Amino acid sequence: MKHFDVVVVGGGHAGCEAIHAACRYGLSAALVTLDVSKTGAMSCNPAIGGLGKGHLVREIDALDGIMGKAADVSGIQFRLLNRSKGPAVQGPRTQSDRKLYLQAIQQILAQEKFTQVEGEVSELLSKEGRVDGVMLSDGSKLYSRTVILTAGTFMRGIIHIGDKRVSSGRMGENAADKLSQQMEVLGAKFGRLKTGTPPRLNGDTINWKILETQPADDEPVMLSFLSNSPSVRQVTCGITHTNKNTHEIIQENLNKSAMYGGHIEGVGPRYCPSIEDKIIRFPDKESHQIFLEPEGLSTNNIYPNGISTSLPEEYQKQYVRSILGLENVEILQPGYAIEYDFMNPKGLSEDLETELLDGLFLAGQINGTTGYEEAAAQGLVAAIGVAKKIQGVTGVQFDRSSSYIGVMIDDLTTRGASEPYRMFTSRAEFRLKLRADNADQRLTEQGWASGCVSALRYKAFSKKMESLSNCKRVLSEMSVSPNQARKVGIGLGLDGRRRNGHELLAIPGVSIKHLSDLEPLFSEAPIATKGQAAREAVYVTYIQRQDRDIEALSKDLGVEIPPSFNYSLVSGLSTEMISKLSTARPRSLGAAKNIEGITPAALTAVLLRLKSVQLKQPV
Amino acid sequence: MDAIFAQATASGRAGVSIIRLSGPQSHDIASKFCNIPVIGKAVLRSVRDRGGKLIDRGLVLCFDQGASFTGEKTVEFHLHGGLATVSKLLSELSECHGCRLARPGEFTRRALDNGNLDLNQVEALSDLIDAETEAQRKQAIMVLDGHFSELGKVWKKNLLRAVALLEASIDFSDDEIPTDLHLEVRSIVEGAESSIASVLDRSVIASKIRQGFTVAIVGAPNVGKSTLLNSIAGKDVAITSATAGTTRDVIEVRINLNGLAVTFMDTAGIRDTDDDIEKLGISMSYKRSEVADIKVFLVNDDQDELVATKGKSDLIVLNKADIREVPGLAVSGKTGEGVSNLLNLISNKLLKETPTDVVAIRERQVAGLAAANTFLAKAKELLHQEPLPYELASQELYFACTQLDFVFGRIDIESVLDEIFSSFCLGK
Repeated sequence: MKHFDVVVVGGGHAGCEAIHAACRYGLSAALVTLDVSKTGAMSCNPAIGGLGKGHLVREIDALDGIMGKAADVSGIQFRLLNRSKGPAVQGPRTQSDRKLYLQAIQQILAQEKFTQVEGEVSELLSKEGRVDGVMLSDGSKLYSRTVILTAGTFMRGIIHIGDKRVSSGRMGENAADKLSQQMEVLGAKFGRLKTGTPPRLNGDTINWKILETQPADDEPVMLSFLSNSPSVRQVTCGITHTNKNTHEIIQENLNKSAMYGGHIEGVGPRYCPSIEDKIIRFPDKESHQIFLEPEGLSTNNIYPNGISTSLPEEYQKQYVRSILGLENVEILQPGYAIEYDFMNPKGLSEDLETELLDGLFLAGQINGTTGYEEAAAQGLVAAIGVAKKIQGVTGVQFDRSSSYIGVMIDDLTTRGASEPYRMFTSRAEFRLKLRADNADQRLTEQGWASGCVSALRYKAFSKKMESLSNCKRVLSEMSVSPNQARKVGIGLGLDGRRRNGHELLAIPGVSIKHLSDLEPLFSEAPIATKGQAAREAVYVTYIQRQDRDIEALSKDLGVEIPPSFNYSLVSGLSTEMISKLSTARPRSLGAAKNIEGITPAALTAVLLRLKSVQLKQPV
Repeated sequence: MDAIFAQATASGRAGVSIIRLSGPQSHDIASKFCNIPVIGKAVLRSVRDRGGKLIDRGLVLCFDQGASFTGEKTVEFHLHGGLATVSKLLSELSECHGCRLARPGEFTRRALDNGNLDLNQVEALSDLIDAETEAQRKQAIMVLDGHFSELGKVWKKNLLRAVALLEASIDFSDDEIPTDLHLEVRSIVEGAESSIASVLDRSVIASKIRQGFTVAIVGAPNVGKSTLLNSIAGKDVAITSATAGTTRDVIEVRINLNGLAVTFMDTAGIRDTDDDIEKLGISMSYKRSEVADIKVFLVNDDQDELVATKGKSDLIVLNKADIREVPGLAVSGKTGEGVSNLLNLISNKLLKETPTDVVAIRERQVAGLAAANTFLAKAKELLHQEPLPYELASQELYFACTQLDFVFGRIDIESVLDEIFSSFCLGK
């Protein structure tokens, strides 16, 4: 009887990333999915990356994950968001050809050795409080030491179109209900979340001629550190807007919408509102923007980004046809809202292991997140957790000061999720350090030491680092007088101070070209290297200050915590941490830090509280 | 959590002394000593020791959870203020299980922990208890009443909005975000900066009100400075004699001047001397009188060369008004003539500077506000740069907010997101 190290349940973005990472560690692994042909499918909008999300993809890629590579191979419209803003808030994004993306993922997975099983997992097997595998609905069993459950929206999933309801995880697939029930018996507490999709349109029936368009970037920026350029033809998106008429149609038929007709109890994401939500919440706004995104090169399917809905089909048709350019449009598949179970992730371990069963890991939407990138990152984290558990390898340290993945894991496990959790750059307090451009510098070395990074990537990374360090040395050794700087066009006051290359690059408006004119050795460095050196120079003073803050925190580790300290009054601590700290009663912040699962954010919260009560008080 | 108890009134003989007992079990504990009255009603009760012997008869008052100073269930015993009576009940209480004598400040600490008071109010309470003068009382009660914290809430609310606007411009740049949001951000930042600056300005005086103003009496030797000080103090504090140079040190008298705490300093007479000790005294005179809020130059005639060093708020006073007719402000330390006139003049000058609005009363608050303002100034500068470095301006605002957090409690990213989502229609 085969006994696997890990069984990954679900072949979405979390599951694919998890199974591939498990293979990179050399774990014996099985992937169970309902439909093998849909492994790696993009079930919502056909795009990867963006602000915060692009950062996550780069971090996954830095650890040799597959999402970035698949996105690059299938990318049909690369755009670097916030290109005109600073590098810390730039996010690479691409529209992907849905079919090519799925193919790319399946091809990448096909190169690895694991067991693929098609079926529905109906039950978790356990032995003495430990996971022992899974049972499928046909009664067959897969035994394993660990299970990574990435059930997506399939846990008691219900699809709503108007007042029509179908039990399903994704359009046309079954929902996994039994699993929810079993986990509840084990003690899982589920909540309900919802999300929605827009109707899919036939591109041949859109009047493109009268619409604005948004082209791909002239200089495409890739998602993966290993890619150089797009593999396929680049396309443009159309842009149109809702109007007064559209809003009236929706307003009049609101009671027929699943969401407003009282059929849905789940909480939806504020940043991905349905068109119904938008009209209710912002009644003064006369028009909402819609991006008409091609779903691929070989299809005429169009994803109208911005009008997800749960109105009945006939009204979807009515309001869509009220929009400029869509007057005669044909709806290929109606929009729908989907409601599903999620388990509050508060209290999961930093490896995303549950307390329900030893060896049971959860990743993706089941943890209350939304988005391909968030899911994929969790799949990777869970797989690293499995490798730690089974192989005893050193993991990768994900914390708030070094990765977006760390920010997400900390948010999820200490705060939980009350609405679908999505990454934003504003969630990262050390944002200036955690850039998409340096994800590899932050993580690849650790991934290599842990065992999830291939020799091929590590070699490429080492080469890049060598080139970068040479280039940075050249910059450090430069000594430029204001006069010399002015000669190449840098507007510098004649303060008599000589500056090195880093200092010059930190001055707003100073470019790589200026530096190349000043220093031939710099000019000879590869373009990518020069760009990276320039991006690093921008935030030097800020990062130094932030580092001092982090250091100050480590100094504060000596601060004593009085035995009577009441942790329940510290805002921002999870119940689990309150109980851990209240039981352990650490004598200092340093001692608190060593308690398992206590995060830097939690320490800061305790410290703030300590500081605020340290004062002379009257009786 | 233990119940805590302590004598709430000052110790020593008194008509009535109050013993306060606070904690979730306080009502149960008090029941061991008397039949406790219903909540919120003060009733005369016989308070007995656990052997049933009468300790004293007095009012007993019970407070419910959430309706007391600490926020916990509380009982007050109003006993006769004899030393033995009070210590008998205290020792009886200390014998009870889960009940102990409160540590210094512990009642207030619990009020803070239970959210009944915030940190600023705790400090104000301490000031109120220490207040000796009307101005000190007014200043403390204004903060205790929550005015300072309210102001903090307004700043934080506005800055939160500013951060949200910047973050919206960053994280939702692909949505239909207005492009002129930075104008609102600028005006918020400028508003907060100037409001904080004006509180800081007023707070310079606040610490004076707390710690007292100083008035230095300056003049040549033997001009009558010590006699004047004595007259102000109403008793002999400075040694006065007819020999020039008797006061070799700085002598201070602290009085309550129309509600202000004012310290008058008598300084060594200023003259050329070979006496080393006197020289030391003179140099100290200079130093101390430098930091005084008002210098009173006591002179024989207004031709005195010291008059040239007179500052804007200083006063020139002619001496020995009892033995001669002089124009202008004149006093006689000996008879007291003109002294109350002088004191009124001084108190009017000081009161004019006394803030009628909220101030920061503690160094901690002043330091936090000042640091916040440096970051706001930097943010303001960045907000005028082209192209606008959104992420850096936002960073500076976060730094500023962190400083305010130390003064007022924390701002959280979730509240920033709440503000973003309630302001804009975001998401595709």
